[in-house]
Amino acid sequence: MDVDVLIIGAGVVGSAIAYYLAKTDLKVAVIEKEEDVCTGTSKANSGIVHAGFDAIPNTLKAKFNVEGANLIPKLAKLLNFEYKQNGALVLCFDEKLRDHVEDLYQRGIANGVKDLKIIEKDEILKREPNVSEDVVCALYAPTSGIVCPFGMTIALAENAADNGVQFIFNEAVETIQRVQDGWKVNDRYHAKVLVNAAGLYADEIHNQFVDQKMNITPRRGEYLLFDRSVGNLCSHTLFQLPTEKGKGVLITPTVHGNILVGPNAQAVETKENVNTTALGQEEIRSKAQITIKHLPFNQVIRTFSGLRATPNGFDFVVGQTADHFYDAAGIESPGLSSAPAIGKWIAQQISEQLDAKDNPHYIATRKGFIDVKQLSDEEWNDLIQQDPAYGIIVCRCETITAGSIQDALTRSLPARSLDGIKRRVRAGMGRCQAGFCLPRSMEIMQEQLGISLEDIQLTNSHSKLITSKVKEGIHDGKQ
Amino acid sequence: MENNKQLVIIGGGPAGLAAAIGAKQAGIDDLLILERDHCLGGILNQCIHNGFGLHTFGEELTGPEYAWRYIQQVKDLEIPYQLDSMVLDISEDKTIRYVNATQGVCQVHAQAIILAMGCRERPFGSLSIPGYRPAGIYSAGTAQKLVNIDGYMPGKEVVILGSGDIGLIMARRMTFEGAHVHTVAERLPYSGGLKRNIVQCLDDFNIPLQLSHTVVDVHGKDRIESVTIAQVNANNLPIAGTEQEYPCDTLLLSCGLIPENELSAKAGIQLSKITNGPIVNELLETNKEGVFACGNVLHVHDLVDFVSQEATKAGQNAAQYILNHLPETQHEIPIETSGLIRYTVPFSIDPSRMDDKQVIRFRLGNVLKNGYVNVYIDDKRIIHQKKMIRTPGEMESIVLKREWLSDATQSIRIETEVA
Amino acid sequence: MEIRHFTCINCPMGCPLSVTIDDQGQVVEVQGNTCPKGDAYGQSEAVHPLRIVTSVVPVLHGDLLMVSCKTSQPIPKEKMFDVIQALKSVRFEAPIHIGDVLIENVANTSASIIATKEVQRI
Repeated sequence: MDVDVLIIGAGVVGSAIAYYLAKTDLKVAVIEKEEDVCTGTSKANSGIVHAGFDAIPNTLKAKFNVEGANLIPKLAKLLNFEYKQNGALVLCFDEKLRDHVEDLYQRGIANGVKDLKIIEKDEILKREPNVSEDVVCALYAPTSGIVCPFGMTIALAENAADNGVQFIFNEAVETIQRVQDGWKVNDRYHAKVLVNAAGLYADEIHNQFVDQKMNITPRRGEYLLFDRSVGNLCSHTLFQLPTEKGKGVLITPTVHGNILVGPNAQAVETKENVNTTALGQEEIRSKAQITIKHLPFNQVIRTFSGLRATPNGFDFVVGQTADHFYDAAGIESPGLSSAPAIGKWIAQQISEQLDAKDNPHYIATRKGFIDVKQLSDEEWNDLIQQDPAYGIIVCRCETITAGSIQDALTRSLPARSLDGIKRRVRAGMGRCQAGFCLPRSMEIMQEQLGISLEDIQLTNSHSKLITSKVKEGIHDGKQ
Repeated sequence: MENNKQLVIIGGGPAGLAAAIGAKQAGIDDLLILERDHCLGGILNQCIHNGFGLHTFGEELTGPEYAWRYIQQVKDLEIPYQLDSMVLDISEDKTIRYVNATQGVCQVHAQAIILAMGCRERPFGSLSIPGYRPAGIYSAGTAQKLVNIDGYMPGKEVVILGSGDIGLIMARRMTFEGAHVHTVAERLPYSGGLKRNIVQCLDDFNIPLQLSHTVVDVHGKDRIESVTIAQVNANNLPIAGTEQEYPCDTLLLSCGLIPENELSAKAGIQLSKITNGPIVNELLETNKEGVFACGNVLHVHDLVDFVSQEATKAGQNAAQYILNHLPETQHEIPIETSGLIRYTVPFSIDPSRMDDKQVIRFRLGNVLKNGYVNVYIDDKRIIHQKKMIRTPGEMESIVLKREWLSDATQSIRIETEVA
Repeated sequence: MEIRHFTCINCPMGCPLSVTIDDQGQVVEVQGNTCPKGDAYGQSEAVHPLRIVTSVVPVLHGDLLMVSCKTSQPIPKEKMFDVIQALKSVRFEAPIHIGDVLIENVANTSASIIATKEVQRI
């Protein structure tokens, strides 16, 4: 395969780069080791669109965060993914640390964050009645938002695919050779420009071609997700002001009405250590109760963890770091917020370098997945008339129809695993965690993809759900 | 589409079927069962083991056979039902909004409603077990569906967490179908499952049951590879040094059932924190007049026979309500509980509306050996019932006679007494 | 003489039974039971333990993929896996009705395998 640009990694950063390159006439491909987009760091994070007050001024983090936070609301409209500007509060629980709130405020101003202000206890409790009475003051950032990290990544990638970007899944990058006028990857993909958006593994690729070596450490963050029944615990994203004891944990609503609590930060041994731990869970529980005293832990529906790709340097590594080689590496927090700006900037650099023209057939918008909960009865009925599958509820907890699941399986960038369906249309994301709908979703996959139940995967090809038919391998008179 | 019905029953499992039959036989012709699945019978269709119906039919049936007897009656009585129909919400004036593929979104107004939505299993996510989140972790009921309905094995090397009856039953089912069940770990010092199931589903196959043990770690990033099981202390905390790793490709969970009351909660029905089901009076009526509840949506039962009995009553009571045969409520006496008694159903009784012999069902919070259950009416003990053993896993009941109560009755109290 | 151990299943007590069996295979004594039911259970478990076996078998041309089934009567416990083995490679044409005999004298137990579910032909 011959392309102009080959992007390594289909996380939110790789997808954002693909999205912006798709506006040009360049031939672009994305290579990903897993079965779908959004399977690494991009899928397990806080889902916060940071306003930009946290990053040190004049860093890439500050620049891309503020720009990205401005882009995301516009992209959400164009590409139809869930975003909400809910505002954030950085809560201070110690009068002695009031200065730090002021510092944060000043840093935000320096970064160009709009509408910041410091508010006092009364106003905090008026806005967030469940916050602990111990609160002193807070930095209020009205421009902070929340986004569905899967929704955003999938929307960016799917629009890129609609506009001709090719996605290669289930293929890890094994070899990269510099060849005449470009690169050869895995001995079969030829590209003029190579983009490194390999997330946790970006250092391994970077170090092959760039003199200034880098090292990425996986830093794990654990989370607790609460049922929608307690979704009104808070409406803003509630950060804790960092103290000498550490950064604290956040409590935030999600765009789908759950409450998310976490993350802690723990260096782990391998880049695959996405397990949760008893200690980590306990740490989050106790820290979260500084913000809201009586958290209903019996309403937790899932615990999970994600890995941040923490670079040894202090900032993101973004740009042309070797000839015709671009890095988008070390993208830790605020990576999700920054991704669109990083994508836009890198795409611009590459377009100039390769003298790209506009894509003449560019499709600027994308249809989102239909959430029947958002429809009026008339609209829903019209939909069912067109496609009766939208009248079949598969996931009871989240009211997800067979129609939506079929849609997820037949898009330009289709789901190929149960997790892929879950990330696109939320089937199995509710309080029963797929207890009821798992077999139904499997049936739909079987019909739609023409595969056997034994071939259905939770995530990648090593995560099959069924091992055999019943009674296979039983022997005479023995268990 | 909008229409009116005298009675709508939400759920066509054992509770919904018996409720519909009870109401129909009490004179309600204009009724409708709304069922979300492709067929009537609910979860019984996947419970292919025997042991159902001993109380009701005097013989041991399998789940599908038990369900079929009620489905036949529903068909014989020409009770209308709508399959593949999901109820979305219930409004203040008892209008039910539901959806299916053929009629679209429909509204039906009911004079009375019976809630019979059943329960769901406690999912892995809510247990907050440390470790990875790979493929191969199933609730026992999901595995039961895959094995018994679809004919597929979710795995071959199995560990089971929780010794609820579904977990025990699945230990035997998986073994029969070619799997190797390594162990069953139970966090509590006793099993919530029936003795018969422990013997016939575990002992028969030499599957060890480890009480006061739980899973403390899950290994394997893609498909589960092993679990670590440890003993727990009296505070349910793992005891260091007792960890043991069990290689497996499957972890089944049987860690309790939760009544499915999202619809009820949305409709403003008051729920009990103990049962997670509606708070009902002697008629099995919720705090919303004309809305009744029965079966596992009300409280989780051990035997389906009791579900059928309770649901029949709910159907009859709903019929009385619709036909205006119910006396006005005089005074509702809450049933107080103490000792090991966690709750009672009903939660309160009005002597002017109760049955001549009112069944009070309850569950205990711990094992009680050679103890008594006492019932006091206005501090006078009228029941003093000894039993060799009572366990949390089994539903208990007593019968209150109307003659014991009067309009002047102030209090009803039920307690346990240790021998 | 031999002593075998069982757990009584008649109630949640789960009495641990010790059953003494003589050289002719006759029960001499049941110990550990609290009530007469335990005695009877101990006697039968020690001499001829019986079980109902339930399973599922594939259906052709049915509205269901599998039909559930059971032995028509309890069978000797040691024959459980013989019965399962006999179900391994069978399949049946829909329609099937509850009570239909699918296999007679399964694994020489003199019990039949009977269907416990209705399957319509499609």
